[in-house]
Amino acid sequence: MLKNYIKIAFKVFLRRKFFTFISLFAISFTLVVLMVAVAFLDHTFGKQPPENKQDRTLCVFHMVMKTPDGGGTWSSGGGYKFFDRYARNLNGVEKMSLCTETEPVFSYHNGEKIQSYLKRTDGEFWQILEFTFLEGAPFTSDDEKNVNFVAVINDATRKKFFGDESAAGKTIEADGQRFRVVGVVANVPYLRRTPFADIWVPISTMKTNNYRGELMGNFNALFLARSRSDFLAIKDEFQVRLKQVEFPDPREWNQMYGVAETYFENTSRSAFGRQENYQSQNAKFLAALIGAMILFMLLPTINLININVSRIMERASEIGVRKAFGASSWTLVWQFVVENVLLTLIGGAIGFALSRFVLQAITKSGFFPYAEFHLNYRVFLYGLALAIFFGLMSGVYPAWKMSRLHPVQALKG
Amino acid sequence: MIQLESVEKVYRTSKIETVALTNVNLSVRGGEFISIMGPSGSGKSTLLNVIGLLDVPSGGKVSINGQPVTSYSDRHLAQVRNEAIGFIFQTFHLINDLSVVDNVEIPLLYRRKLSGSERRKLALRALDRVGLHARVHHFPSQLSGGQQQRVAIARAIAGNPRILLADEPTGNLDSQMGDEIMEVLKRLNEDEGTTIVMVTHDPRLSGQTERIVRLFDGRQVN
Ligand SMILES: Nc1ncnc2c1ncn2[C@@H]1O[C@H](COP(=O)(O)OP(=O)(O)OP(=O)(O)O)[C@@H](O)[C@H]1O
Ligand SMILES: [Mg+2]
Repeated sequence: MLKNYIKIAFKVFLRRKFFTFISLFAISFTLVVLMVAVAFLDHTFGKQPPENKQDRTLCVFHMVMKTPDGGGTWSSGGGYKFFDRYARNLNGVEKMSLCTETEPVFSYHNGEKIQSYLKRTDGEFWQILEFTFLEGAPFTSDDEKNVNFVAVINDATRKKFFGDESAAGKTIEADGQRFRVVGVVANVPYLRRTPFADIWVPISTMKTNNYRGELMGNFNALFLARSRSDFLAIKDEFQVRLKQVEFPDPREWNQMYGVAETYFENTSRSAFGRQENYQSQNAKFLAALIGAMILFMLLPTINLININVSRIMERASEIGVRKAFGASSWTLVWQFVVENVLLTLIGGAIGFALSRFVLQAITKSGFFPYAEFHLNYRVFLYGLALAIFFGLMSGVYPAWKMSRLHPVQALKG
Repeated sequence: MIQLESVEKVYRTSKIETVALTNVNLSVRGGEFISIMGPSGSGKSTLLNVIGLLDVPSGGKVSINGQPVTSYSDRHLAQVRNEAIGFIFQTFHLINDLSVVDNVEIPLLYRRKLSGSERRKLALRALDRVGLHARVHHFPSQLSGGQQQRVAIARAIAGNPRILLADEPTGNLDSQMGDEIMEVLKRLNEDEGTTIVMVTHDPRLSGQTERIVRLFDGRQVN
């Protein structure tokens, strides 16, 4: 019987090319958008090298300083002095690293102007993050202490400066400073906020020493916790440390705010929370993401229901005939549901192929530097399950309506 | 074969009540070819639908082969229709998405025991009986009206039902094609003993049947 329904379904699809096309387009397009969105989220937030210890890592991305009356607000990265003096030795933290936010710098090489992203950091950075070294090794805490002008560069930068030759031991110029290359790492995607850069150099190579006296600046802090269960204690202690800050002129600035959090938490908070309110907004953000996805899948479903319902009148004669010749209402419900689920499955297969193609195209386009988008199979299965569920929904309701049609009525038209 | 006892049919809507059939008593013997005549709106189609178990009467009793079917469930009625009754309609009601032979197979789809090749064989034989074996892979829209009605007859007889119900089967055809269809029906009745009940406005056709049931305003007039 099922085989028969499938056969009939295919015949109907082939005869109703336009309807079939619209339905398949809606289903596969929805899946593609869903898959690209998920790949994007996964690429930005998911666990991937060098952030292998992501689930033990907390960061401070952003700080706020306020005037006594709360009216004046200074909002930027944290200052070196603040982190160095107040954020070290938190209970439960195994390692701590400081790094600047990446900034674009220029180099002149053989008369050519090269733009790169530069990050200044310390020796611990290379221990918290596990970069893949293609050449050499990272610089160390001693390099940082002794103001050694050394650099780690990524694969793309090595190509720009040295072509296919090795770079270790050679010198590059960036932002008017010269560094000796000690290591070359695999490219890290632009969207990975914490590790991303083209060139990494020690903090102490900064052009002036002013940074050493600043409470606010362009630094991020990374905390590697002993385990995830220490997160809460670390976050709390960080809040306590904020209260201990001694301000150079308390009449000017006398309060500081900030939070140790994951990048996902940071994004949720910037989407839903306020700077000074450090409650987690993860639940809201996740709910919004899932809600948006369901809503997005609901649209083609409603569209399909609509098409199917309006096709009831078109197919009234068929329903009347089938009933007259011995189909019970249930048999008809089955037939139409099988038709819809089958259509959904074909749409799913097309969506799968198309998603892979689109993700590959985005990766190749280089629009997001060093990004690699992958089809997430697990999420694709969820998406497909959802699509089948919606396929059932979009089939069952119209089928139920169809089966209610009185045969005499159906045959009148 | 078919027994109707004091059958009534009333259509009720919120505003009006239409009496379509009043106290109809009818007995159709096996192998009979009878016609139903009467002016428009007199209840002919309603009567045929009640006989064909497509419509439930508001009162009275309907029996097929001595079995009262009044209390049957939707599923059970569907099964009886499938095995015992074939329908032919004025407007053919072929499914345009399906080929001729797929259309003819429809009643056979709802029989559990048949394999695909058996269905195909029965459908082709039915098409042969109406003289359409050359057009099996055409689609309905590629056939003339007379040919379409012959496909519809093939569909009605594919499962070898004992009863054929035809509601103005020649109503949409010119007189020559109408005569052809009448010939097919007569042959089925004579050669295979199929019981046929046919609604018609055409006295030339009803004259060729064994018995005429006349309706006026939902009542039998004899
Ligand atoms: N679904 C319905 N609701 C209300 N009244 C109906 C319905 N179907 C039929 N009727 C009424 O029942 C009466 C009989 O209708 P029926 O279709 O049986 O007539 P008929 O003899 O077949 O007419 P025709 O020769 O025009 O086909 C008519 O008065 C019609 O208006
Ligand atoms: Mg009628």
